[in-house]
Amino acid sequence: MSLLEFENVTLKFGGLTAVDDLSFEVQEGEVFAIVGPNGAGKSTVFNLISRFYDPFVGSIRFDNHDLLQVKPSGVAAYGVARTFQNIELFEHATVLQNLLVGRHRHRRTNLISEILFTPSARRQELENREKVEQIIDFLDLQANRDKMISGLPYGVRKVVEVARALATDPKLLLLDEPASGLSVEETTDMRWWIDDIRRQMGITVLMVEHDMGLVSGVSDRVLAMADGAKLALGTPVEVQSHPAVIEAYLGKAS
Amino acid sequence: MRIIFKTNYMQDIRPWKDRHQLTLYLILPIVVAAAPWWLDDFYLGELTNVLIWAIAGLGLMVLTGHTGQVSLGHAAFLAFGCYANVVLIEAGVPFLIAFPLAGIMTGIAGVTVAIPALRLHGIYLAIFTMALSILMDDIIVLSEPITGGVSGKYIGGVEIFGHLVDRWGTPDQFFWLVLTVAVLVTLGYINLLRTPLGRSFIAARDSEVSAQAMGVDIARTKMISFALSCAVTGWAGALMGLFAGAFNNETFSVLISIQLLMMIVIGGLGSIHGAFLGAIVIGFLPQFLSISKEYVGALFGGNTVAIPGLEFGIFGMILIAFILFEPMGIYGRWLKIRTWFELFPFYRKDMFKRQKSYLKTERLR
Repeated sequence: MSLLEFENVTLKFGGLTAVDDLSFEVQEGEVFAIVGPNGAGKSTVFNLISRFYDPFVGSIRFDNHDLLQVKPSGVAAYGVARTFQNIELFEHATVLQNLLVGRHRHRRTNLISEILFTPSARRQELENREKVEQIIDFLDLQANRDKMISGLPYGVRKVVEVARALATDPKLLLLDEPASGLSVEETTDMRWWIDDIRRQMGITVLMVEHDMGLVSGVSDRVLAMADGAKLALGTPVEVQSHPAVIEAYLGKAS
Repeated sequence: MRIIFKTNYMQDIRPWKDRHQLTLYLILPIVVAAAPWWLDDFYLGELTNVLIWAIAGLGLMVLTGHTGQVSLGHAAFLAFGCYANVVLIEAGVPFLIAFPLAGIMTGIAGVTVAIPALRLHGIYLAIFTMALSILMDDIIVLSEPITGGVSGKYIGGVEIFGHLVDRWGTPDQFFWLVLTVAVLVTLGYINLLRTPLGRSFIAARDSEVSAQAMGVDIARTKMISFALSCAVTGWAGALMGLFAGAFNNETFSVLISIQLLMMIVIGGLGSIHGAFLGAIVIGFLPQFLSISKEYVGALFGGNTVAIPGLEFGIFGMILIAFILFEPMGIYGRWLKIRTWFELFPFYRKDMFKRQKSYLKTERLR
């Protein structure tokens, strides 16, 4: 069953066509990677799913819901979580607080019960902590749980962002360049984590990534894009050897 | 350094870190509540004033410190709360109903303003709210039948369970009234910060895009923040009215707005302590200045003529000094000093340094 469906989606910024008649489906339980040269429209695809942009034409469906009918803040409620290319954490809060914000979509209490900290608010907080602690354990963040984000190194922030996205308990996890700027060792860690996220947690992963080692190591299917359009779709090996993909990266042999 | 061994989730949820800290925070309100026995009436009045400012500071802190929306218009909400309270009491509503109602009405007024205002960001929101503060003066004058216009209003004391509480007649009881409100507001604030709503405020402040991706409705969150902020400010305004006894359209000028904002910046943005520490500075600085002015005058044998604008000049300089040298305010400085002792000799100079983030996804909006 396909979890996410893009159907003939087109998005233009002025004269620039960022996404050009793009169609693809992400199956439940797979790791799906999007590759392509800079400016191919990969991150725009993510921002379309997050509803930051409205497509001109086409439909985006998630889990049998029409995503185009919801507000940007409503996407998370369906079970879509994401990370950002440039790390968008809550800088002046601790790792723990950041992860707890991820639990926001499970909020059941209201203003009054929170200000009075009623037993139901307390119970909810305990549940949130339990879930968050599991994720802290899973991603080895124990040493940093009470530290401010502003004092953390880049590699850790990258992991915290994944942790925060996992804290929302998503069905689909969007990872925007999870390995960019990471060392070789950290990239290997990330690879195992993505694998575990899929296998242990059963979360479908859609990621944008430039590191072909990571992409071919972890993903089931790869979509190659250039200039907003689909170039090739298939297994990592198929896509890497596809003539159109080689042409987009290396240019045409004269 | 005390090492805390965490064995229970409640240890992170409770507002205190350990028994030691809890004891301190229980002793503090008791010592303050006993102030009528260890302070004379003049300083008790000053302390009451400081507490009222602290409540107003808590109100603004929700909006500016935790949600990141700068408001220069909170004097307007002080005025609204003040007038609402007095008008209700004059209409025969008992104080214990009129007072909460005044805050709630101010909160609703705040939401009405917030709907257009929150489309604006940063400095533009500050300008909008500042205009509001200036407009409030005219609104009070124009709605003379309700507000008494330029001649203002007067309120003696209020009756609580048939007992007259008056700032002049029974300063100790008025002080306890203010203290109760301050403690309740602070407790509510602490609870807010450890539950989803408070965290969504912080999320909206630090990164709107990712807050949205986590399911936080930015517009709604900011609106709730505005409502809470205005409600608390309204209560502070009501108490300010009772404290002053008489007030008119000029009592809550735009200068009060600026002073409020200065207060929370000096105290330390984004912390409950900051509102109280800032209030102490703002509350006692005028006394301190007038006392030191006499000393300086005596020292040079000069006169003690009042220098116009001296107070605001010094306030301004203090504010500039804080923004330049200690952007985290007095509370931030205290944290640094404490960390220095806790980690001695391992404290690093850059431990609290805030990194500038040059890459922001906000640009996609």
